[in-house]
Amino acid sequence: MEERSGSAGRDADHSSYEVQTRPLTRRIGLLRTVAFRIVLLYVALFAISTTAILAFTYWNTRRALNSETDSIIAAELSALEGQYQELGLVGLINALNVRSVRGGQMLYVLTDHRFRRIAGNLDGWPRIDPREGDYQNFTYDRDGVTRHARGFVFNLTGGLHLLVARDIHEQYESERLFTTALPWSVGLLLLLALGGGVLLSSDLLRRLDVINSTSKVIMAGDLTRRVPVSRAHDEFDLVASNLNSMLDRIEQLMKGMREVTDSVAHDLRSPLNRLRNRLEAAATRLDPDTHTAAQIDAAIAETDHLIATFNALLLIAQAEAGVVREAMTLVDLSSVVEGVAELYAPVAEEKGIELTVELGEPLTLEANRTLISQALANLVDNAIKYTPEGGKIDVHLEDRSGVVVLSVADNGPGIPASEHKRVTERFVRLEQSRNSPGTGLGLSLVAAVARLHEARFVLADNRPGLKVSLEFTRRPRR
Amino acid sequence: MRILVVEDDLEAQRYLVNGLKEAGHVVDDAADGELGLTLALSRPYDVAIIDRMLPRMDGLKMVEELREHSNVTPVLFLSALSDVDDRVKGLKAGGDDYLTKPYAFVELLARVDALMRRRQPGAVKTLLQVGDLELDLLTRTARRGDVDIDLQPREFRLLEYLMRHAGQVVTRTMLLESVWEYHFDPQTNVIDVHISRLRAKIDKGFDVPLLHTVRGAGYMIRARG
Repeated sequence: MEERSGSAGRDADHSSYEVQTRPLTRRIGLLRTVAFRIVLLYVALFAISTTAILAFTYWNTRRALNSETDSIIAAELSALEGQYQELGLVGLINALNVRSVRGGQMLYVLTDHRFRRIAGNLDGWPRIDPREGDYQNFTYDRDGVTRHARGFVFNLTGGLHLLVARDIHEQYESERLFTTALPWSVGLLLLLALGGGVLLSSDLLRRLDVINSTSKVIMAGDLTRRVPVSRAHDEFDLVASNLNSMLDRIEQLMKGMREVTDSVAHDLRSPLNRLRNRLEAAATRLDPDTHTAAQIDAAIAETDHLIATFNALLLIAQAEAGVVREAMTLVDLSSVVEGVAELYAPVAEEKGIELTVELGEPLTLEANRTLISQALANLVDNAIKYTPEGGKIDVHLEDRSGVVVLSVADNGPGIPASEHKRVTERFVRLEQSRNSPGTGLGLSLVAAVARLHEARFVLADNRPGLKVSLEFTRRPRR
Repeated sequence: MRILVVEDDLEAQRYLVNGLKEAGHVVDDAADGELGLTLALSRPYDVAIIDRMLPRMDGLKMVEELREHSNVTPVLFLSALSDVDDRVKGLKAGGDDYLTKPYAFVELLARVDALMRRRQPGAVKTLLQVGDLELDLLTRTARRGDVDIDLQPREFRLLEYLMRHAGQVVTRTMLLESVWEYHFDPQTNVIDVHISRLRAKIDKGFDVPLLHTVRGAGYMIRARG
């Protein structure tokens, strides 16, 4: 019994679950998929590491080129210094004049203390700090073009300044090209990766969508459907084939359930049929006014009650197992409500109960008409049974933004809130209603029908009385 | 009337055959689908009562074969199956009526009578008459003697069904199925309440009652009785 009340609680939660029908791509959005997030993370890491590697290469190349330039300059300087030491200032000037090629890559200039040019292939002292010290980068003008160079200043006695430099304009241009291209390249890389990510994740989503839409059809009752498995034998195919073997198992169980209910039904109904036949046959041979005839009539009535209970139980079992799901058609719920209310109206009137029906717009629903009618009849029948004379019963049908709510409310004694869960369990009848006729399965059947239609089955306090509602979530037509 | 009974539960078959014979019918029986089909095709029957589950040839298959041979014998399916959709399957296969086991014999007899009646050809009637009660199907009015009777639409359909089967027992289930088109157990005897209302309208204040309760079976409308 404990176990059963636990399962009843779980079922109440289960009834609020709905089938996700929209494709994943629209429901989740491409940007929020796992695949896309992974691609994004990968791209970020890739961009950072690529930038780091490129920056290191840049820095290293630049250092190597500079040190090459520096050593060439150092060699020149030491050669010139040799000339200066050996032949003095004249020798240096001669050497400079020999070396100075107009437009050459090596640059020389010798100036006096006021930076007036004495020799060399530069027009004057360029924009460079005249103090001795380190290799410096500077710019100079040649033919109206500002060019980049790197050189070393050497101060001679007498305030003379010597600059030996090398034109590094080509290298500078390359560097500039590289530094401007780098952000663009990284940007392009990110963009391409982003596109790849979208492509990859939409492909993953498409495959998930196939699984999702197939399970939707299966949940709607078509157990013969399977998730397609491609020949790639990848992870998705593994998931798909696992799902499929699970479905095989479920289909087998459902088939088994159907076979069991069929054979139980057959094996019990046939003897019940013979029992009733024999009783009937016995009754026809008797004078209807005798005691024995009355006993047999009572036995027939008991048999009928037994049959009714058995039928109700079987119906509940079938509804819960979902074996009647294939018989779902588009049902005009408004006409069902009108019909059932009309059927019970005279019974209610006899008892002095006011039975009102409130219908909004005509509502249709994918449903099993017989079961829905039976469920509503059970609710109305219950309400009439438990509402005292002069009471009021209200049957209500409305569309609450996509949720079709069918409710039956009375102002009878109601059911204590603590009992609400227990009422829907099989065979449970409240103590105070022991003497009422019926199988006691009325609400259980309603609950089972609700589950079959994926509707919420809600018991509420009508203050005073009981309000039972079925809340159907509209499913888009297949 | 000649009736074919195809039923593999021999005790149920014997009971059925005896009951039908007592009711004045000529009955042939078969215990499997193949024999049943052979019999059904060999001579004309007014009604065939066929169990859904039969050895050698399933009841559904048998009726399908029967219909393929353009045989229009009215078929009443008996079924011990559980599925709520079995009725639909049975009617789709060519059955005319469907009764779930266990059934009351009076229920079966009433349905057999109704099926036989349905078969009898006749001009399309627009006026139904039982005694001095008249139901005009065109103007949708009812009168008894010279008194107009005011009927609700459902009461009209109820009375129409009863009058179409005048002189026959009509069970509560038959009324629920035909007049309300419901195939479920209404738990309470809702039909009785509807009948007593109708009775108040057509019989109250008249010397001869027309609408009779048949004990343990249902109702019947007839002029004398």
